[in-house]
Amino acid sequence: MLWLALFFCVPFLIVLKISFAESVFGQVPPYTPLLETAENGATTLRLHAANYAALLADPLYIAAYLKSLLFASVSTLCCLLLGYPIAYGIARAPRLWRLLLLVLVILPFWTSSLLRTYALIGLLRANGWLSQSLVGLGLLEPGQAVLHTNLAVYIGITYNYLPFMILPLAATLIRLDFTLLEAAADLGAKPWQAFRRITLPLSFPGILAGSLLVFIPAVGEFVIPDVLGGPDALTIGRVLWTEFFTNRDWPLSAAIAVAMLLLIVLPTLLFEYIENRRVAREAQS
Amino acid sequence: MMALGYAFLYLPIVSVIVYSFSGSDRATTWGGFSLKWYAALAQNEQILEAAQRSLIIAAISATAAVALGTASGLALSRFGRFPGRGILSLMNSAPMVMPDVMLGLSSLLLFVGLQQVFGWPERGMTTITLAHITLTACYVTVVVRSRMTSMDASLEEAAMDLGAKPWRVFFVITLPLIAPALLAGWLLAFTLSLDDLVIASFTSGPGSTTLPMLVYSKVKLGVTPEINALTSIIVVLVAIGVSVAGVLMHRRERKLARSQN
Repeated sequence: MLWLALFFCVPFLIVLKISFAESVFGQVPPYTPLLETAENGATTLRLHAANYAALLADPLYIAAYLKSLLFASVSTLCCLLLGYPIAYGIARAPRLWRLLLLVLVILPFWTSSLLRTYALIGLLRANGWLSQSLVGLGLLEPGQAVLHTNLAVYIGITYNYLPFMILPLAATLIRLDFTLLEAAADLGAKPWQAFRRITLPLSFPGILAGSLLVFIPAVGEFVIPDVLGGPDALTIGRVLWTEFFTNRDWPLSAAIAVAMLLLIVLPTLLFEYIENRRVAREAQS
Repeated sequence: MMALGYAFLYLPIVSVIVYSFSGSDRATTWGGFSLKWYAALAQNEQILEAAQRSLIIAAISATAAVALGTASGLALSRFGRFPGRGILSLMNSAPMVMPDVMLGLSSLLLFVGLQQVFGWPERGMTTITLAHITLTACYVTVVVRSRMTSMDASLEEAAMDLGAKPWRVFFVITLPLIAPALLAGWLLAFTLSLDDLVIASFTSGPGSTTLPMLVYSKVKLGVTPEINALTSIIVVLVAIGVSVAGVLMHRRERKLARSQN
């Protein structure tokens, strides 16, 4: 079993190295050998500070971060509103149907998300079905398109991440004891009351898990805002991409990555840690 | 309401499939039934090469990820509390919550640094594969770990008591028991790798364009009917694969149900 322990250290070391790569390379201009950084700590420190100062000084970066949060939270809410009825339907379906309905939810997930985003372009273009019907309803000027607006990004993220919301929700709802609802009905509760006071609180773990599964990757999303959003749909992932590929500013993109780590990844891990502790405590009591 | 949700999930895909059979050069107008885009796709060297490259990368990284993921999944579920367990667990969830752009950039910086010091790895398929292993191994770990924790350890203990060596216990008892989880993990890793645009873009070198990178550059230029055909083929392949898996699972459950009666 020892060799196994060694064996699993490898991926762990890779990840560890990567996380170090950020903090070490975060201050190195591209093409400077790694070894030099150890010798002239002073210059690296100065560069380092300059990068972060640039992040704070330019409102563009803070706006991008806020925009990422906006896109992610609106889309998470849409996923929840759309996913909850589906998950509920799956949970209440007879056993044979259940598997089929679940497979139908998972199926799009196995096809490339880039291609699914591409599929949306056709619907959101000026001559696509959705834009046309919105024009018909008088919500859009003729000739305008949903594509390259914030709405397109919301639709894109919701569409791509919907299965991540449905699966944990359905798993929670399947385990739910529906006799409780019958009891509530016997005691004179209206369906809506029974849902609000019984189903909703009991399915909260599923709601939480689903929302996290959607929200976290949505914050760092690059492809969807880039392909479906307008030029103003600058999310933090898109900013990093541009700094790196278009402006070739490696140190600055590394600084953005470190900022991402602090603003997105660490809160998530902390939350997960606290949540696990809470679950463990509850299990003990 | 439910029907609406499913319509939302499938409408875009269905419309792409419909248009892939359109004979018009514009991807958004219907020009009669034709198979010409499939023919064009079959003759497009660039796309075929990129697809082959993507499949190779996905197969290698999925296999490596299963090996590594099984090891860490085993360690996390069977070794009790060893030093560094908490850190490993944390490190394991890190790539899952890291945005792709971040993972891509940091992998690249790592590879550039290594190259300067050791002259290896050359940027190209190797670096993409390595980055994809990092990305997918943690997902495999989670799948294996959940299977192991739900599995009874007494079989392994019994084999140990009867004097089997640890590696033998692993290959004779544990491996067959977790095989379904390994297969699921492999498929997941394979799909994730095949799907990835961002990490591959960061870590690729000249002449190692993957299929998603090619698709992305085409999509940026506008809708191209060839991509419609490509999407349709992939959707059909996936549908067949998922159906086969579904039928097999269904059969196994029935067999299990019968054997228990």
